[in-house]
Amino acid sequence: MKPAPFEYHAPRSVEEAVAVLAEVGHDGKVLAGGQSLIPILNMRLASPGHLIDINHVTGLDDIEITSDSVRVGALVRHSGLERSDSTHAALPLLRQAVVNVAHPAIRNRGTTVGSIAHADAAGEMPAVLALCDGTVEVVGPHGIREVGWQHFFLGALETVLAPDELAVATRFNRMPPGTGTAFAESARRSGDYALAGVAVRVTVSDGVVSAAAASFVSVTDVPSVLDLTPALGGRELADAGFGSALDQAAEAVREHVAPETDIHASADYRRMLVAELTRRALPIAISRSNAAFVHESAVATVSSRTNAAFEGLGGGRR
Amino acid sequence: MNEMLHEVTLTVNGVRRTASVPARRLLSDFLRHDLTLTGTHVGCEHGVCGACTVLVGDEPVRSCLMFAVSAQGLEVTTVEGLGLRPDARDCATGQSMNPVQQAFTECHGLQCGFCTPGLLTTVTAYLDDHLDPTSDEAREAISGNLCRCTGYQNIVKSVLRAAEIKAERRAPDAAEPGEPHPGPVAAEGVPS
Repeated sequence: MKPAPFEYHAPRSVEEAVAVLAEVGHDGKVLAGGQSLIPILNMRLASPGHLIDINHVTGLDDIEITSDSVRVGALVRHSGLERSDSTHAALPLLRQAVVNVAHPAIRNRGTTVGSIAHADAAGEMPAVLALCDGTVEVVGPHGIREVGWQHFFLGALETVLAPDELAVATRFNRMPPGTGTAFAESARRSGDYALAGVAVRVTVSDGVVSAAAASFVSVTDVPSVLDLTPALGGRELADAGFGSALDQAAEAVREHVAPETDIHASADYRRMLVAELTRRALPIAISRSNAAFVHESAVATVSSRTNAAFEGLGGGRR
Repeated sequence: MNEMLHEVTLTVNGVRRTASVPARRLLSDFLRHDLTLTGTHVGCEHGVCGACTVLVGDEPVRSCLMFAVSAQGLEVTTVEGLGLRPDARDCATGQSMNPVQQAFTECHGLQCGFCTPGLLTTVTAYLDDHLDPTSDEAREAISGNLCRCTGYQNIVKSVLRAAEIKAERRAPDAAEPGEPHPGPVAAEGVPS
């Protein structure tokens, strides 16, 4: 339970970090928050020869909010994202999701960009990046490049980042006006990896759903966005049949995801779980969309929750 | 293999401490082995159990998920340092305890004591931001710390009681026995 020996590098600039990465190649690993990496090293599931600690690199700890996006630097801790009120005002989904990442002590150290670069299928923030149609800013020996989320993730724990490249920031696009978002996940133990999770966004114009989509945690091997507009689009929230539209959306989710069976849950259970979480999260997103009128039965669906594991649905619980 | 050593200097419980360690030395092991501050306990070593939680600055972090070299220049508070904080008081046992330590004593918030250092640091930081938690909030606050003895009931009580004691000690007219602790230097071990 102790890491194998490695050579430690503490670059002071992005250029210096990239130069070290280029020199050590596949034998190097970037250390940011380390909340996923250090357990892996402690258990000796990996033993890279070089660790490049970017915690002393300047200029990576900013959150920049523009009219279009929220740009999160590579040293912004989950807790920094969580506590930033201006970030919450610009893109509420970030706080709604990040409070589900492990426990406060982990969020105080772990970084949002790091968890995206780690690309764990059970990670919350890769799913959020996808739902926000986000971009990763990558610096390599030949300069900066931007990679859209669709091209960033190759598989579980696998991305397009080359050994000599550093993810310096991610950009989450803000939602169009009239859009509400919600995040829901269910885990066996508080703060543990979710058996299944979902991020949803719903855009409502004139009391009618004009767009809806979801992305998933732990039930797809790479982040993927499912367009739920076919199920919900054009539906009037006041329509008594809105419940059946939610059923359709849940059914679409069930068909879309590809969970695997492990000791924690069967694939079927995860499929059922993520469909139900989506069913419950959608009305919450709608209620946050500035919709003039929210269908009563849709809201009742939320208040009927009985499982304590769903208590995080409202977000901001920590 | 001869491992390269790094000289790491950090402030622990108000005292500057230095040791030369390999880069792979976890902060938890640095505190325990190199500084002989064995109050910090090591349970799972992968961030799940919370026993090794220390305060870096004012924030709780898992000391088993941080390398000592990464803590270079930072301020760390371990369970040994809680009795040196401004709101600590000398108690009936003659020891200096902060409100959380006092509350765990009063409410029987521990049995074997293995998880206790992590709980004390976690709750100390939590109560700095949450003056008057509800029972549910207290439960949520300790959800990252595993205890296999108590069943948590008395730990939740301790968190609530700690908030009360903290408020009493904050109140200027409080007739709280004991004097404020003189400060870090007197009680700290020999700095290396």
